[in-house]
Amino acid sequence: MNNEGVIYRISGPVVTATGMEAGMYDVVRVGHEGLMGEVIELHGDKAVIQVYEDTSGIRPGEPVLNTRETLSVALGPGLLTQIYDGIQRPLATLEEVMGVFITRGVDADGFDMEKKWKFEATVSKGDEVVSGQVIGTVQETETIVHKIMVPPGKGGVVKAISSGDYNVTEDVCTLEDGTTMQMMQKWPVRTPRPYQQKYAPDTPLITGMRILDFLFPLAKGGAAGIPGPFGSGKTVTQQSLAKYSDAQIVVYIGCGERGNEMTEVLDEFPHLIDPNTGKPLMNRTVMIANTSNMPVAAREASVYTGITIAEYFRDMGYDVALMADSTSRWAEAMREISSRLEEMPGEEGYPAYLSSRIAEFYERAGRVQTLNGDDGSVTVIGAVSPPGGDISEPVSQGTLRIVKVFWGLDAGLARQRHFPAINWLGSYSLYPPSLDQWFRDNIAQDYPEIRTTISGLLQVEAELQEIVQLVGSDALPVDQQLTLEVARMIREYFLQQNGFHEVDAFCAVDLHYKMAKAILTFQESAKNAMAAGAELQDVVNVPARTDLMRGRFESTYKDEIDGLVEKMNEEIAAAVEEN
Amino acid sequence: MSGKEYRTITDVKGPLVFLNKTEPVAFGEIVQLRLNNGTMKNGQVLDTSDELVVVQVFEGTAGVDLNTGVKFMGDVFKLPVSDDLIGRILDGAGRPRDGGPDIVAEENADIIGAAINPYSRQSPHDFIQTGISAIDCCTTLVRGQKLPIFSASGLPHNDIALQIARQAKLKGSDEEFIVVFCAMGITAEEFNFFRSDLERTGALENAVLFVNLADDPAVERIITPRLALTAAEYLAFEKDYHVLVIYTDMTNYCDALRQIGAAREEVPGRRGYPGYMYTDLAMLYERAGIVKGKKGSITQFPILTMPGDDITHPIPDLSGYITEGQIVISRELHQAGIYPPINVLPSLSRLMGSCIGAKTTREDHKSVSDQMYAAYAQGRELRGLVAIVGEDALNERDKQLLDFSGVFEDKFLRQSRDEDRSIDETLDLCWTLMSDIDTKYLVRLDQKWIEKYHPDNRE
Repeated sequence: MNNEGVIYRISGPVVTATGMEAGMYDVVRVGHEGLMGEVIELHGDKAVIQVYEDTSGIRPGEPVLNTRETLSVALGPGLLTQIYDGIQRPLATLEEVMGVFITRGVDADGFDMEKKWKFEATVSKGDEVVSGQVIGTVQETETIVHKIMVPPGKGGVVKAISSGDYNVTEDVCTLEDGTTMQMMQKWPVRTPRPYQQKYAPDTPLITGMRILDFLFPLAKGGAAGIPGPFGSGKTVTQQSLAKYSDAQIVVYIGCGERGNEMTEVLDEFPHLIDPNTGKPLMNRTVMIANTSNMPVAAREASVYTGITIAEYFRDMGYDVALMADSTSRWAEAMREISSRLEEMPGEEGYPAYLSSRIAEFYERAGRVQTLNGDDGSVTVIGAVSPPGGDISEPVSQGTLRIVKVFWGLDAGLARQRHFPAINWLGSYSLYPPSLDQWFRDNIAQDYPEIRTTISGLLQVEAELQEIVQLVGSDALPVDQQLTLEVARMIREYFLQQNGFHEVDAFCAVDLHYKMAKAILTFQESAKNAMAAGAELQDVVNVPARTDLMRGRFESTYKDEIDGLVEKMNEEIAAAVEEN
Repeated sequence: MSGKEYRTITDVKGPLVFLNKTEPVAFGEIVQLRLNNGTMKNGQVLDTSDELVVVQVFEGTAGVDLNTGVKFMGDVFKLPVSDDLIGRILDGAGRPRDGGPDIVAEENADIIGAAINPYSRQSPHDFIQTGISAIDCCTTLVRGQKLPIFSASGLPHNDIALQIARQAKLKGSDEEFIVVFCAMGITAEEFNFFRSDLERTGALENAVLFVNLADDPAVERIITPRLALTAAEYLAFEKDYHVLVIYTDMTNYCDALRQIGAAREEVPGRRGYPGYMYTDLAMLYERAGIVKGKKGSITQFPILTMPGDDITHPIPDLSGYITEGQIVISRELHQAGIYPPINVLPSLSRLMGSCIGAKTTREDHKSVSDQMYAAYAQGRELRGLVAIVGEDALNERDKQLLDFSGVFEDKFLRQSRDEDRSIDETLDLCWTLMSDIDTKYLVRLDQKWIEKYHPDNRE
């Protein structure tokens, strides 16, 4: 095997090497500085390589070394709380080595190879273990137990295993056939990790955002797309999901986005408390930050790095949520590499394989039976940044074809300062049929019906608004004016949510159910009162309704809402008598 | 290998020169071309292989023939930097344009600039007072931010940029900014306007100007902003200055990018612009910010003119996805005779939340800003309705809001080109104007601020 070649050509991040045997996706070291790259095309003797670092100053004739490994991530204790670049180099380590500016040619381990972890064996000598089986555990962070699993493809009878303090490369277990196992394993990022079977999703991923959980729920193991023009709040929504969703592990990929935004996340997350466990959010989080000005090939790799880490935690039986912000930047990285390869372009210059790559990526989401028989899931939420906000472009379309949940952000709503700016008329979720049973069992029997009623009211409002635009609202009959008031209440009280408010940012499912019910109660009481002769204005302006609506910013709201609704009913009834 | 001169040019196409049979040439290496008449031109390697080298010539390829001598300089493009830069005017390739001596280099900095490690950044949080009410109140600028001006041909974006450059200061500090000004393809007249204004106010002594005019080679525009940002980074992160970078006009830069893409026969993206334009723009815009352990900062004010006033055009669109907000200049307001014609509705400062409040501006800032925005937005919307149904059909609340939208433009937006309003003056002005609206309609104002700041409740 000849693993050494020389550079023949350099064009931006794409380098061609000759005289080297290579396979697709082999990782190579390019030039005297040993820049990391990956083989992405073969033409006879020539191997085309995408390089993960800046290539200025590299010359033809410099050496290329094939490592004969495919692009892999290191998996093991130490992943959580890390912040990586697109190829799993911890940014903190890079800062130590290079200072504040990212230069090139530096290798860094994915996590501390020397740190000793307390390994507790869960199998013993003589046990037979199979691929994916848990052989021991490590308390990685306060909240997360890291399960050490037999790597896929390995298995046998345990010859030796013992609890104790080990670093991630020391042998913790030996099998009869001589196979040794360490706490760290490697996995190639472009290959999905194996599982036994995929299940149909039946549990919602609770995000704490009313409009999402109630109108457009996402299942654990599902996939969602959030397209939106700039300034419509994609990043705020993604960050909110990372903070409040009830996943046990969160993988957050900042793919080609702003540096300062990532800094904000890095500043904020360590101080945030997970509402589900009461412990710092960082304990369950792995972050990948490959900002827009970092090398484009590493941006292409970043989503694969992220999803492989997510699958690894899924295999331990955890519910994992992965946020990718933004998949459009990932697609653009593909386009950039593709155009350097002089490939025949598809739509808008994107490579013809764009939609299949997007589909493959989202297909790595799912709720599965893991190799060891556990239940685990990866939920993928991808932001899309369509140029000009027009979702007829290839990345949005490729995403919509595969995801089952579409949360469409709307610049108009953002301009009206209606947040989250998710358009309730254009968005959809295909999960309610599979999730309704869960809502009936866990929240209320009539939960799905309430949802249908509320979204019906919003539809009616949209139709009425068209008339109002022409003739003004006073020209409508009173009952329709009431419908408009109820719809306004839905929008301002229920759909709008302040992601930065300490109480309002997270709303539990049972609470938002009560809020939805309160709106319908108002509609009912108002209708009755008006039938009995009350004026619309008097009914709408009862002080108790304002109290009901404002109350949601109080932490005690959960206990008070029933009383507030009752008081509103009384005041509305009193409005009849005044007349 | 520098020193050896090749005469192996095979093709010349637009700004590109193709040559073969060379020693190994580095990607990104600087190239010198010597024409038969002795003229020297500079270029950079865009593509290199054993057989073929592609060179992009900054000064254009006029006069280049197959016998032109090509010399590879053995290094990538670097800018000599030192304190001496301050007060100088350089051309688009970094050579003195003011008749002064060459810059004596303290060091030579790679103009591509390495990416700042996101882990090493510090979140911007210092309020910059521009003295322009619309910006200070509604789209507050933060030190270390990149906030572009989205304008269009024929609008006074240059005046606004200059007014900001003149007036920008930290609240309660007289620390001055160093202005790095980068002109790309603007006319000599526009440049003279900038220069004389900077001269008149004495700001030129604290400025570095990089100038590529409309009749200078278009390809040179690719490196001009990189030179400017390299100078800015040096001054900010080596010399502890706070730097304000103004570059105009990004549209000309993007067109130059498209020109090179076309000459290389690249697959174009939207409207013929290269598919990598997002990454390319990000490599400029992302060179703003504050980093841990350094005293200086870089704040960016890119100006771009939206072709056809279209905000969805690829240039403003991609910029908007990278920058931290935008200030949108409105033709409608300009035609109504209002200066500065800033339309606050589509304008946005993403970092505003981190720099306003009791500690930095004033406790009521957020509340006031939200209410001003909401009331103006509703008033503007009502103008459309009034055109159909007439003003009489409006109820009392709507009438007040409609009137307010006019007052907002006339009293709040409008200010003179040398009027420098402090943030307190701006916020007090807001309260005065809002007092025309019945308090019960001002639902976004906190009750406690109404009690403290509303003119009815003040002495």
